Amino acid sequence: MLAFILKRLFYAIPTILILIVFSFLLMHSAPGGPFSSDRPLPPEVLANIEAKYHLNDPLIKQIWTYVTGVVTQFDFGPSFQYKDRTVNEIIGQGFPVTLTYGTISFLVAVFFGCALGITAALNQNSWLDYLAVGISIGAQVLPNFVMAPILVLVFTLWLGWLPGGGWNGGQWQYLIMPVIALSTSFMASIARIMRSSLLEVMHSNYIRTARAKGLTKREILFNHALKPALLPVISYLGPTFVIMITGSVVVDLYFTTGGIGQAFVNSALNRDYSVMMGITILIGCLTILFNLIVDVLYAWIDPKIKL
Amino acid sequence: MKNSYSWVLTTALTLSLSASSVLADLHPVTNEVLADEQIFTYRVGDEYASIDPQLAEDVQGGEFIRDLFEGLMNQNSDGDLVPGVATHFDVNDDNTIYTFYLRDNAKWSDGEPVTAGDFEYSWKRLADPATASPYSWFAEEMGLENVEAVMAGDMDTSELGVTALDDHTLEVRLENSMGHFPLMTTSEPTFPSPQWTVEEFGSDWTKPENIVSNGAYVLTEHVPQERSVRSRNPMYWNDEATIIERVEALVISDESAALTRYLSGELDRTEVPSGQFNQLSTSHPNETVTFPRLCNYYYFVNLTESTHPALLDPRVREALYLAIDRDVITEAILQGGEFPAYSFTPEATANFLPPANPARDLTQAERNARAVALLDEAGYGGGAEIELDLLFNTSESHSKIAIIVSQMWKQTLGVTTVLQNMEWKTFLEARSNQEFDIGRAGWCGPYNMASSFLDLMSSDHPYNDAGYVNAEVDQLLTDAKVSEDPTANFTRIEEILATENPILPIYHYAGVYMMDDSLQNWPVNNVEQKWYSRELYFTAD
Repeated sequence: MLAFILKRLFYAIPTILILIVFSFLLMHSAPGGPFSSDRPLPPEVLANIEAKYHLNDPLIKQIWTYVTGVVTQFDFGPSFQYKDRTVNEIIGQGFPVTLTYGTISFLVAVFFGCALGITAALNQNSWLDYLAVGISIGAQVLPNFVMAPILVLVFTLWLGWLPGGGWNGGQWQYLIMPVIALSTSFMASIARIMRSSLLEVMHSNYIRTARAKGLTKREILFNHALKPALLPVISYLGPTFVIMITGSVVVDLYFTTGGIGQAFVNSALNRDYSVMMGITILIGCLTILFNLIVDVLYAWIDPKIKL
Repeated sequence: MKNSYSWVLTTALTLSLSASSVLADLHPVTNEVLADEQIFTYRVGDEYASIDPQLAEDVQGGEFIRDLFEGLMNQNSDGDLVPGVATHFDVNDDNTIYTFYLRDNAKWSDGEPVTAGDFEYSWKRLADPATASPYSWFAEEMGLENVEAVMAGDMDTSELGVTALDDHTLEVRLENSMGHFPLMTTSEPTFPSPQWTVEEFGSDWTKPENIVSNGAYVLTEHVPQERSVRSRNPMYWNDEATIIERVEALVISDESAALTRYLSGELDRTEVPSGQFNQLSTSHPNETVTFPRLCNYYYFVNLTESTHPALLDPRVREALYLAIDRDVITEAILQGGEFPAYSFTPEATANFLPPANPARDLTQAERNARAVALLDEAGYGGGAEIELDLLFNTSESHSKIAIIVSQMWKQTLGVTTVLQNMEWKTFLEARSNQEFDIGRAGWCGPYNMASSFLDLMSSDHPYNDAGYVNAEVDQLLTDAKVSEDPTANFTRIEEILATENPILPIYHYAGVYMMDDSLQNWPVNNVEQKWYSRELYFTAD
């Protein structure tokens, strides 16, 4: 197990390096630059600025400087857009925000998604099944950019219960709407995967044997059916967790949480190279880490899988 | 006896105290009853990129800097010059040497006096190539002596035409005569920065825990992408006249989300989303505010080699200019109180006399008829041979306008338009490479003079992506810089533009806000929208 984990972590190094070089080249190939603006800068001014940010160096040298800065000092450089902030500060400020509402949304989505899926599967073709499937389809087709304004309309404008946006250090009133908006569609996907995988397990031979031996429904579910049925759900949850904790642009924009999702999109639009690279690397590392965790969980759940 | 004396004294004291507490709730000038809570909360669409006076170039940053710092001169609510840190100034006969006299009670928020040396340091900092300020072109605009050589790094900053003669006297030497120079000292890049703080903290000096400023407010909180708070500065020389205690700016990118939060009472001011003005002015008549701004929305015609050959004929350009029905665009599409534009310079600009413009006085049917005739005359009757690339950047209203204009050209002239919608930075690149026939542009004058628009028409202006060259216009602009009264020059340039039509003006912007009706003294007559929180106040309901 330990050897497996070490091997995977070792493989992560070239993966991240390729990610850095590829994103760097892709980013620089986009038209325009961080300092192109509506009123073009006089050439001597532009030259001063490019020299300050080392943008006049050859691309290969820029990549080298960047990678060595990241590896040796964990320094992701200054933001090109925000003059008094570094990339480390921007991520340090935005990531805890998305991590907070992302993790809560994840837990909410997993809990309600599994509950809906299990209820539907255990009561297949009954009204409970139709209700659960109906709820999850409804949640799936309602995208969060529609959901967010509706939530604000109801809870802020009509009922006056919740603030229409902001973060305020993550007080619970400010968390409710972002969590609902972010979790619903993931909850729906989890419910669908849970339902179909549990149905498949419940129709398998060993469950029939268990039933024939006179085990209660409860014993069958918790002792025999649930664990194997969770496998497809878990492989979905790994990347989903990364997506959720690195934030949703819609949630960040609409509820002005100050999260990292908005910073990522803004950096792409502003060609804020250093911020874009920083967040790309963060997402890359998290994806690799959680894929590894999923694999380890797999082995723990299903002894047939050898690492 | 002694007792009764002390009784009288106590009563008098009590009376005077209660009188002053009643007075404290009234506005000192207008005598209106003031609200108990004086906190102004408004929406900004984007996080500011910087609040360093010499580095900031965005509107949001500018609004912060005007509250946090104070320059030599300020603008009043009509946009006229009033004293700031300087109480007055002298100028020599040919408008090349200005001497500003600074008040002796101006202080930084750390208690240090504000001196002429602070301004000298800051202006040199603006031009210094080591600062690498994207706004350093403003130093060039100011025409300071030796500024070009300093910016290019060929000359030391000590050669720049600004010198502190003593702590309270600042001498400014200009390359050329410039009558409107004092107006420029109301612009944020000329505001002072505290040298000792800048040197101690480097680029971190503008963070709330480090910043030292000399304006009516200090920055007390900044949560990037969420909110920032500026609080009253007790060290400000005129602090007793300030009424608003705290100003909170909330970053809300989405206009509709901002409107919802305004309606739920979280904000005192926000922008009206495009197309919603009519409805909101009916439902909230006391809260919708609209006023002219010094901005122009226009299309410009590519006049370089890469253009469609038909566009090199001024008659074709005039036909395109005439066939745009501006009333439809302002009244049916934008609906925000915008003004149809027939000239480049907005009519609200100070000392600007628009030339007689026949197109303005015609009906649209007459304009269309004339446009068709012009196109015939140019040999492109029916318009079938003309297919134009119309370039604009992503935005709902840009795309609405581009669609309707292309439809107007198709219906009236038979000209086909291919719409090219691009993301902002890609758009800038395509525009500067002249990869278009017609391009969208918008321009807000950096100061209230016709030259802040018409300078764009000079053949060497960096914003002249259209490649328009006219020797007479260049000469008129050069002469205007040294002229006592350049009004006639500007009128003549507009006349030339009206015959050559290198640009097709569409509308002049209006400021369209939802504003709490107890918020008073918003400078609606200040066309540059230079507002200062210290002049605002809330009245009791």
